[in-house]
Amino acid sequence: MKRVMTCIECPKGCRLEVEADGSRLISVSGETCERGPAYARQEIEAPMRTLTTSVLTRGLELKMLPVRSSKPIPKGKLFAAMDAVKLITVAAPVSAGTVVVPDFLGLGVDLVACRGLGKP
Amino acid sequence: MAAALAARAAGVEDVLLLERDQHLGGILNQCIHPGFGLHHFKAELTGPEYADRFVRLVKEDRGIEVSLRSFAVRLTKDKELSYLRPGALEEVKARSVILATGCRERTREMIQVPGSRPAGIYPAGLAQKMVNIEGWIPGREAVIIGSGDIGLIMARRMALEGVAVKAVIEIQKTSRGLVRNVVQCLEDFGIPLYFQHRVSMIRGRDRVEKVDVVKVDDGLKDIPGSGFGITCDTVLVSVGLIPENELLEMAGAEIDRRTNTPVAPGVNLTSIPGVFACGNACKVYDLVDWVTRDSELAGKMAAKYLGKQ
Repeated sequence: MKRVMTCIECPKGCRLEVEADGSRLISVSGETCERGPAYARQEIEAPMRTLTTSVLTRGLELKMLPVRSSKPIPKGKLFAAMDAVKLITVAAPVSAGTVVVPDFLGLGVDLVACRGLGKP
Repeated sequence: MAAALAARAAGVEDVLLLERDQHLGGILNQCIHPGFGLHHFKAELTGPEYADRFVRLVKEDRGIEVSLRSFAVRLTKDKELSYLRPGALEEVKARSVILATGCRERTREMIQVPGSRPAGIYPAGLAQKMVNIEGWIPGREAVIIGSGDIGLIMARRMALEGVAVKAVIEIQKTSRGLVRNVVQCLEDFGIPLYFQHRVSMIRGRDRVEKVDVVKVDDGLKDIPGSGFGITCDTVLVSVGLIPENELLEMAGAEIDRRTNTPVAPGVNLTSIPGVFACGNACKVYDLVDWVTRDSELAGKMAAKYLGKQ
Protein backbone atom coordinates (compact mmCIF):
# COMPACT_ATOMS: atom_id res chain seq x y z
CA MET A 1 0.00 0.00 0.00
CA LYS A 2 1.28 3.45 -0.89
CA ARG A 3 0.94 6.36 1.48
CA VAL A 4 2.35 9.81 2.07
CA MET A 5 4.04 10.66 5.36
CA THR A 6 5.80 13.70 6.73
CA CYS A 7 9.28 13.09 8.05
CA ILE A 8 9.58 14.51 11.58
CA GLU A 9 13.33 14.11 11.97
CA CYS A 10 14.01 17.82 11.50
CA PRO A 11 12.02 21.03 11.03
CA LYS A 12 12.11 20.76 7.24
CA GLY A 13 9.31 18.18 7.35
CA CYS A 14 9.92 16.45 4.01
CA ARG A 15 7.01 14.73 2.29
CA LEU A 16 7.83 11.07 1.86
CA GLU A 17 6.03 8.71 -0.49
CA VAL A 18 6.15 5.35 1.16
CA GLU A 19 5.18 1.95 -0.15
CA ALA A 20 4.69 -0.71 2.48
CA ASP A 21 3.15 -4.11 2.95
CA GLY A 22 1.79 -4.06 6.50
CA SER A 23 4.83 -3.44 8.69
CA ARG A 24 7.30 -4.21 5.88
CA LEU A 25 8.78 -1.26 4.00
CA ILE A 26 9.07 -1.66 0.24
CA SER A 27 10.20 1.74 -1.04
CA VAL A 28 10.60 5.39 -0.02
CA SER A 29 10.97 8.48 -2.18
CA GLY A 30 10.87 12.21 -1.65
CA GLU A 31 13.50 12.46 1.07
CA THR A 32 16.22 15.12 0.99
CA CYS A 33 18.62 13.41 3.37
CA GLU A 34 19.47 9.93 4.59
CA ARG A 35 17.36 10.31 7.72
CA GLY A 36 14.15 10.22 5.66
CA PRO A 37 14.22 6.54 4.63
CA ALA A 38 15.41 5.54 8.11
CA TYR A 39 12.49 7.41 9.64
CA ALA A 40 10.02 5.83 7.19
CA ARG A 41 11.32 2.33 7.95
CA GLN A 42 11.06 2.89 11.71
CA GLU A 43 7.61 4.46 11.37
CA ILE A 44 6.31 1.51 9.33
CA GLU A 45 7.93 -1.19 11.45
CA ALA A 46 7.52 0.27 14.95
CA PRO A 47 6.91 3.99 15.49
CA MET A 48 9.14 5.50 18.18
CA ARG A 49 8.96 8.86 19.96
CA THR A 50 11.18 10.65 22.45
CA LEU A 51 9.24 11.27 25.64
CA THR A 52 9.74 14.66 27.23
CA THR A 53 7.84 15.67 30.31
CA SER A 54 8.51 17.01 33.78
CA VAL A 55 8.62 15.32 37.16
CA LEU A 56 7.86 16.63 40.62
CA THR A 57 10.75 17.60 42.87
CA ARG A 58 11.00 17.98 46.62
CA GLY A 59 13.36 20.43 48.30
CA LEU A 60 14.88 21.72 45.03
CA GLU A 61 14.86 25.24 43.62
CA LEU A 62 12.05 24.55 41.10
CA LYS A 63 8.91 22.51 41.63
CA MET A 64 9.23 20.61 38.34
CA LEU A 65 12.28 19.05 36.70
CA PRO A 66 12.17 18.60 32.90
CA VAL A 67 13.18 15.07 31.89
CA ARG A 68 13.46 13.08 28.67
CA SER A 69 13.92 9.51 27.57
CA SER A 70 17.56 9.08 26.56
CA LYS A 71 16.37 7.48 23.31
CA PRO A 72 12.98 7.21 21.59
CA ILE A 73 10.52 4.72 23.06
CA PRO A 74 7.67 2.85 21.32
CA LYS A 75 4.87 5.32 20.54
CA GLY A 76 2.34 2.94 22.11
CA LYS A 77 4.14 3.14 25.44
CA LEU A 78 3.86 6.93 25.82
CA PHE A 79 0.84 6.89 28.11
CA ALA A 80 2.15 4.02 30.24
CA ALA A 81 5.35 6.05 30.58
CA MET A 82 3.40 9.15 31.62
CA ASP A 83 1.61 7.14 34.32
CA ALA A 84 4.97 5.93 35.64
CA VAL A 85 6.43 9.46 35.53
CA LYS A 86 3.67 10.72 37.83
CA LEU A 87 4.94 8.41 40.60
CA ILE A 88 8.48 9.86 40.55
CA THR A 89 9.74 12.53 42.93
CA VAL A 90 13.27 13.87 42.64
CA ALA A 91 14.76 15.08 45.90
CA ALA A 92 18.52 15.09 45.25
CA PRO A 93 20.24 17.85 43.24
CA VAL A 94 20.79 16.99 39.56
CA SER A 95 22.67 18.40 36.61
CA ALA A 96 21.72 18.14 32.93
CA GLY A 97 22.20 14.53 31.90
CA THR A 98 21.80 13.00 35.38
CA VAL A 99 19.92 9.70 35.13
CA VAL A 100 16.70 10.03 37.11
CA VAL A 101 15.43 6.49 36.41
CA PRO A 102 17.73 3.88 34.81
CA ASP A 103 16.17 1.41 32.35
CA PHE A 104 12.82 3.18 32.52
CA LEU A 105 9.92 0.67 32.41
CA GLY A 106 12.38 -1.95 31.20
CA LEU A 107 12.46 -0.25 27.80
CA GLY A 108 16.25 -0.05 27.71
CA VAL A 109 16.26 3.74 27.91
CA ASP A 110 17.03 6.01 30.84
CA LEU A 111 14.95 8.90 32.07
CA VAL A 112 17.43 11.79 32.29
CA ALA A 113 17.30 15.32 33.70
CA CYS A 114 17.33 18.09 31.06
CA ARG A 115 18.70 20.79 33.34
CA GLY A 116 20.55 21.27 36.56
CA LEU A 117 18.58 21.89 39.77
CA GLY A 118 20.11 22.49 43.18
CA LYS A 119 18.84 23.14 46.67
CA PRO A 120 17.28 26.60 46.99
CA MET B 1 23.86 34.39 26.22
CA ALA B 2 24.99 33.73 22.62
CA ALA B 3 25.46 37.46 22.05
CA ALA B 4 27.38 37.88 25.33
CA LEU B 5 29.68 34.97 24.54
CA ALA B 6 30.27 36.16 20.97
CA ALA B 7 31.04 39.70 22.17
CA ARG B 8 33.56 38.26 24.63
CA ALA B 9 35.11 36.09 21.94
CA ALA B 10 35.48 39.19 19.78
CA GLY B 11 37.46 40.98 22.48
CA VAL B 12 34.92 42.85 24.62
CA GLU B 13 36.32 42.80 28.18
CA ASP B 14 33.34 43.65 30.32
CA VAL B 15 29.83 42.29 29.73
CA LEU B 16 26.86 42.67 32.07
CA LEU B 17 24.07 40.16 31.42
CA LEU B 18 20.71 41.08 32.93
CA GLU B 19 18.05 38.40 33.38
CA ARG B 20 14.58 39.01 34.75
CA ASP B 21 14.05 35.42 35.91
CA GLN B 22 15.91 33.59 38.67
CA HIS B 23 17.53 31.34 36.04
CA LEU B 24 19.25 32.01 32.72
CA GLY B 25 17.71 30.59 29.55
CA GLY B 26 14.51 32.57 29.04
CA ILE B 27 11.66 30.82 27.25
CA LEU B 28 13.81 27.75 26.53
CA ASN B 29 13.31 26.65 30.13
CA GLN B 30 9.62 26.04 29.59
CA CYS B 31 10.06 24.51 26.12
CA ILE B 32 10.77 21.03 27.45
CA HIS B 33 10.01 19.28 24.13
CA PRO B 34 12.80 18.08 21.82
CA GLY B 35 13.71 19.61 18.47
CA PHE B 36 16.27 22.24 19.42
CA GLY B 37 19.89 22.35 18.33
CA LEU B 38 19.81 20.18 15.20
CA HIS B 39 21.76 22.83 13.33
CA HIS B 40 23.82 24.52 16.03
CA PHE B 41 24.80 21.49 18.09
CA LYS B 42 24.06 18.74 15.53
CA ALA B 43 22.01 17.01 18.21
CA GLU B 44 18.33 16.99 19.05
CA LEU B 45 17.99 18.69 22.42
CA THR B 46 15.14 19.88 24.59
CA GLY B 47 14.88 23.59 25.37
CA PRO B 48 16.38 23.30 28.88
CA GLU B 49 19.28 21.21 27.51
CA TYR B 50 19.93 23.78 24.78
CA ALA B 51 19.94 26.58 27.36
CA ASP B 52 22.11 24.57 29.74
CA ARG B 53 24.92 24.34 27.18
CA PHE B 54 25.07 28.13 27.08
CA VAL B 55 24.64 28.57 30.82
CA ARG B 56 27.76 26.44 31.39
CA LEU B 57 29.81 28.60 29.03
CA VAL B 58 28.50 31.85 30.51
CA LYS B 59 29.27 30.73 34.06
CA GLU B 60 32.83 29.81 33.09
CA ASP B 61 33.48 33.23 31.59
CA ARG B 62 34.86 35.66 34.19
CA GLY B 63 34.28 38.58 31.85
CA ILE B 64 30.49 38.14 31.92
CA GLU B 65 28.79 39.40 35.07
CA VAL B 66 25.35 37.79 35.38
CA SER B 67 22.67 39.63 37.35
CA LEU B 68 19.56 37.51 37.91
CA ARG B 69 16.12 38.71 39.02
CA SER B 70 17.07 41.98 37.36
CA PHE B 71 14.42 43.88 35.47
CA ALA B 72 15.47 46.71 33.13
CA VAL B 73 13.10 49.63 33.54
CA ARG B 74 14.77 52.44 31.61
CA LEU B 75 17.04 52.88 28.62
CA THR B 76 18.18 56.18 27.11
CA LYS B 77 19.70 56.90 23.72
CA ASP B 78 22.99 57.55 25.52
CA LYS B 79 22.85 53.92 26.70
CA GLU B 80 22.14 54.67 30.33
CA LEU B 81 20.27 51.74 31.76
CA SER B 82 18.33 51.40 35.01
CA TYR B 83 17.35 48.04 36.39
CA LEU B 84 15.67 46.71 39.48
CA ARG B 85 17.14 43.79 41.34
CA PRO B 86 16.07 42.52 44.76
CA GLY B 87 16.66 45.37 47.17
CA ALA B 88 18.19 47.86 44.75
CA LEU B 89 17.69 50.12 41.76
CA GLU B 90 20.93 50.04 39.80
CA GLU B 91 22.12 52.53 37.18
CA VAL B 92 24.72 51.62 34.60
CA LYS B 93 26.15 53.41 31.61
CA ALA B 94 27.07 51.08 28.78
CA ARG B 95 29.00 51.79 25.61
CA SER B 96 26.87 49.34 23.70
CA VAL B 97 23.57 47.61 24.53
CA ILE B 98 22.15 44.40 23.08
CA LEU B 99 18.46 43.83 23.71
CA ALA B 100 17.47 40.17 23.72
CA THR B 101 14.07 40.73 25.24
CA GLY B 102 12.11 38.20 23.18
CA CYS B 103 8.38 38.37 22.53
CA ARG B 104 5.04 38.59 24.22
CA GLU B 105 2.09 36.46 23.21
CA ARG B 106 -0.85 37.86 21.32
CA THR B 107 -3.98 37.46 23.40
CA ARG B 108 -7.63 36.68 22.93
CA GLU B 109 -8.40 40.40 23.02
CA MET B 110 -6.16 41.06 20.03
CA ILE B 111 -8.07 38.65 17.79
CA GLN B 112 -11.41 39.73 19.20
CA VAL B 113 -13.12 36.48 20.07
CA PRO B 114 -16.57 37.41 21.34
CA GLY B 115 -18.22 35.92 24.39
CA SER B 116 -18.08 36.06 28.14
CA ARG B 117 -14.95 36.40 30.23
CA PRO B 118 -14.86 33.21 32.28
CA ALA B 119 -11.82 31.57 33.86
CA GLY B 120 -10.03 29.00 31.73
CA ILE B 121 -8.75 31.10 28.80
CA TYR B 122 -4.97 31.20 28.56
CA PRO B 123 -2.35 32.21 26.05
CA ALA B 124 -0.71 28.91 25.03
CA GLY B 125 2.74 29.93 26.25
CA LEU B 126 1.37 30.80 29.67
CA ALA B 127 -0.29 27.39 29.84
CA GLN B 128 3.07 25.91 28.88
CA LYS B 129 4.69 27.65 31.82
CA MET B 130 1.90 26.45 34.13
CA VAL B 131 2.30 22.81 33.07
CA ASN B 132 6.06 22.58 32.66
CA ILE B 133 7.41 24.94 35.31
CA GLU B 134 4.68 25.31 37.92
CA GLY B 135 3.24 21.80 37.62
CA TRP B 136 -0.39 22.85 37.25
CA ILE B 137 -2.84 21.43 34.70
CA PRO B 138 -5.00 24.27 33.37
CA GLY B 139 -8.14 22.19 32.76
CA ARG B 140 -9.64 18.86 31.71
CA GLU B 141 -11.08 19.49 28.24
CA ALA B 142 -9.35 21.96 25.98
CA VAL B 143 -9.85 23.68 22.64
CA ILE B 144 -6.91 25.45 21.06
CA ILE B 145 -7.33 28.56 18.94
CA GLY B 146 -4.60 28.92 16.33
CA SER B 147 -2.20 26.31 15.01
CA GLY B 148 1.10 28.08 15.65
CA ASP B 149 3.93 25.95 16.99
CA ILE B 150 3.23 26.77 20.62
CA GLY B 151 -0.42 25.74 20.24
CA LEU B 152 0.57 22.46 18.56
CA ILE B 153 3.23 21.69 21.14
CA MET B 154 0.76 22.41 23.93
CA ALA B 155 -1.88 20.18 22.32
CA ARG B 156 0.52 17.26 22.65
CA ARG B 157 1.72 18.29 26.10
CA MET B 158 -1.81 18.50 27.48
CA ALA B 159 -2.84 15.24 25.77
CA LEU B 160 0.14 13.52 27.40
CA GLU B 161 -0.94 14.90 30.76
CA GLY B 162 -4.36 13.35 30.31
CA VAL B 163 -6.29 16.43 29.17
CA ALA B 164 -8.87 15.78 26.43
CA VAL B 165 -7.72 18.10 23.64
CA LYS B 166 -10.87 18.32 21.57
CA ALA B 167 -9.79 20.45 18.63
CA VAL B 168 -7.36 22.92 17.18
CA ILE B 169 -9.15 25.69 15.32
CA GLU B 170 -7.25 27.51 12.55
CA ILE B 171 -8.83 30.31 10.56
CA GLN B 172 -6.33 30.03 7.68
CA LYS B 173 -6.05 27.20 5.13
CA THR B 174 -2.70 26.02 6.45
CA SER B 175 -0.93 25.84 9.79
CA ARG B 176 1.59 28.53 10.66
CA GLY B 177 3.46 25.92 12.65
CA LEU B 178 6.00 23.43 11.36
CA VAL B 179 4.57 20.44 9.48
CA ARG B 180 6.42 18.07 11.79
CA ASN B 181 4.55 19.54 14.71
CA VAL B 182 1.18 18.98 13.04
CA VAL B 183 2.20 15.33 12.53
CA GLN B 184 3.81 14.50 15.86
CA CYS B 185 1.62 16.68 18.07
CA LEU B 186 -1.85 16.28 16.54
CA GLU B 187 -1.92 13.18 14.32
CA ASP B 188 -0.07 11.08 16.91
CA PHE B 189 -2.79 11.85 19.44
CA GLY B 190 -5.79 11.91 17.11
CA ILE B 191 -6.50 15.58 17.74
CA PRO B 192 -8.66 17.11 14.99
CA LEU B 193 -7.39 20.24 13.24
CA TYR B 194 -10.06 22.41 11.66
CA PHE B 195 -8.72 24.66 8.91
CA GLN B 196 -10.77 27.65 7.77
CA HIS B 197 -12.73 27.64 11.00
CA ARG B 198 -12.91 30.21 13.75
CA VAL B 199 -14.20 30.33 17.30
CA SER B 200 -17.17 32.68 17.05
CA MET B 201 -18.10 32.66 20.74
CA ILE B 202 -16.72 31.58 24.09
CA ARG B 203 -19.50 30.61 26.50
CA GLY B 204 -19.48 30.14 30.26
CA ARG B 205 -20.27 32.07 33.42
CA ASP B 206 -17.47 31.45 35.89
CA ARG B 207 -15.58 28.85 33.91
CA VAL B 208 -15.45 28.17 30.17
CA GLU B 209 -18.28 25.78 29.31
CA LYS B 210 -18.38 25.70 25.52
CA VAL B 211 -17.08 27.34 22.36
CA ASP B 212 -19.01 27.95 19.16
CA VAL B 213 -17.09 27.19 15.98
CA VAL B 214 -17.99 28.28 12.47
CA LYS B 215 -16.48 27.59 9.05
CA VAL B 216 -15.23 30.59 7.09
CA ASP B 217 -14.83 31.16 3.36
CA ASP B 218 -11.71 32.38 1.53
CA GLY B 219 -12.57 35.96 2.53
CA LEU B 220 -12.70 34.86 6.20
CA LYS B 221 -16.47 35.46 6.25
CA ASP B 222 -18.63 33.05 8.25
CA ILE B 223 -20.47 30.43 6.19
CA PRO B 224 -24.09 30.43 7.41
CA GLY B 225 -25.34 27.12 8.80
CA SER B 226 -21.84 25.69 9.30
CA GLY B 227 -21.67 26.34 13.02
CA PHE B 228 -21.25 23.73 15.74
CA GLY B 229 -20.38 23.72 19.42
CA ILE B 230 -17.61 22.04 21.41
CA THR B 231 -17.91 21.63 25.16
CA CYS B 232 -14.68 22.34 27.02
CA ASP B 233 -13.47 24.01 30.21
CA THR B 234 -10.27 25.46 28.80
CA VAL B 235 -9.32 27.54 25.76
CA LEU B 236 -5.69 28.04 24.77
CA VAL B 237 -4.93 30.92 22.44
CA SER B 238 -1.94 30.49 20.14
CA VAL B 239 -2.21 33.32 17.68
CA GLY B 240 1.28 34.68 17.29
CA LEU B 241 3.97 36.66 19.04
CA ILE B 242 4.80 40.33 19.32
CA PRO B 243 8.41 41.43 19.73
CA GLU B 244 9.00 43.12 23.06
CA ASN B 245 10.74 46.42 22.37
CA GLU B 246 9.48 48.78 25.04
CA LEU B 247 12.99 49.70 26.22
CA LEU B 248 14.07 50.47 22.69
CA GLU B 249 11.04 52.66 22.20
CA MET B 250 11.82 54.42 25.48
CA ALA B 251 15.31 55.15 24.18
CA GLY B 252 13.73 56.89 21.19
CA ALA B 253 14.46 54.30 18.50
CA GLU B 254 12.15 53.96 15.56
CA ILE B 255 9.70 51.05 15.84
CA ASP B 256 7.58 49.57 13.05
CA ARG B 257 4.05 49.85 14.46
CA ARG B 258 2.78 46.92 12.44
CA THR B 259 5.30 44.31 13.60
CA ASN B 260 6.67 46.05 16.71
CA THR B 261 10.20 45.43 15.43
CA PRO B 262 13.02 47.99 15.18
CA VAL B 263 13.12 49.99 11.95
CA ALA B 264 16.62 49.33 10.64
CA PRO B 265 18.48 48.46 7.47
CA GLY B 266 19.59 45.02 8.63
CA VAL B 267 19.30 42.21 11.13
CA ASN B 268 20.06 43.12 14.79
CA LEU B 269 20.35 46.86 14.01
CA THR B 270 18.25 49.65 15.46
CA SER B 271 18.09 53.33 14.59
CA ILE B 272 20.41 54.10 17.54
CA PRO B 273 24.09 53.34 16.77
CA GLY B 274 25.49 50.91 19.31
CA VAL B 275 22.09 49.64 20.43
CA PHE B 276 21.24 46.25 18.97
CA ALA B 277 18.18 44.01 19.17
CA CYS B 278 18.60 40.31 18.59
CA GLY B 279 16.54 37.13 18.69
CA ASN B 280 12.78 37.36 18.82
CA ALA B 281 12.97 41.04 19.75
CA CYS B 282 14.40 41.69 16.28
CA LYS B 283 12.02 39.41 14.40
CA VAL B 284 10.02 36.31 15.25
CA TYR B 285 12.07 33.18 14.58
CA ASP B 286 10.76 29.64 14.29
CA LEU B 287 14.06 27.93 15.13
CA VAL B 288 16.26 28.69 18.11
CA ASP B 289 19.31 27.65 16.10
CA TRP B 290 18.84 30.71 13.91
CA VAL B 291 18.34 32.88 16.99
CA THR B 292 21.74 31.70 18.21
CA ARG B 293 23.38 32.30 14.83
CA ASP B 294 22.04 35.84 14.55
CA SER B 295 22.61 36.65 18.23
CA GLU B 296 26.25 35.65 17.88
CA LEU B 297 26.37 38.09 15.00
CA ALA B 298 24.85 40.74 17.30
CA GLY B 299 27.65 40.13 19.80
CA LYS B 300 30.22 40.60 17.04
CA MET B 301 28.49 43.73 15.78
CA ALA B 302 28.58 45.23 19.27
CA ALA B 303 32.29 44.36 19.56
CA LYS B 304 32.96 46.01 16.22
CA TYR B 305 31.05 49.09 17.33
CA LEU B 306 33.35 49.24 20.38
CA GLY B 307 36.38 49.17 18.08
CA LYS B 308 37.34 45.55 18.67
CA GLN B 309 38.69 43.16 16.00
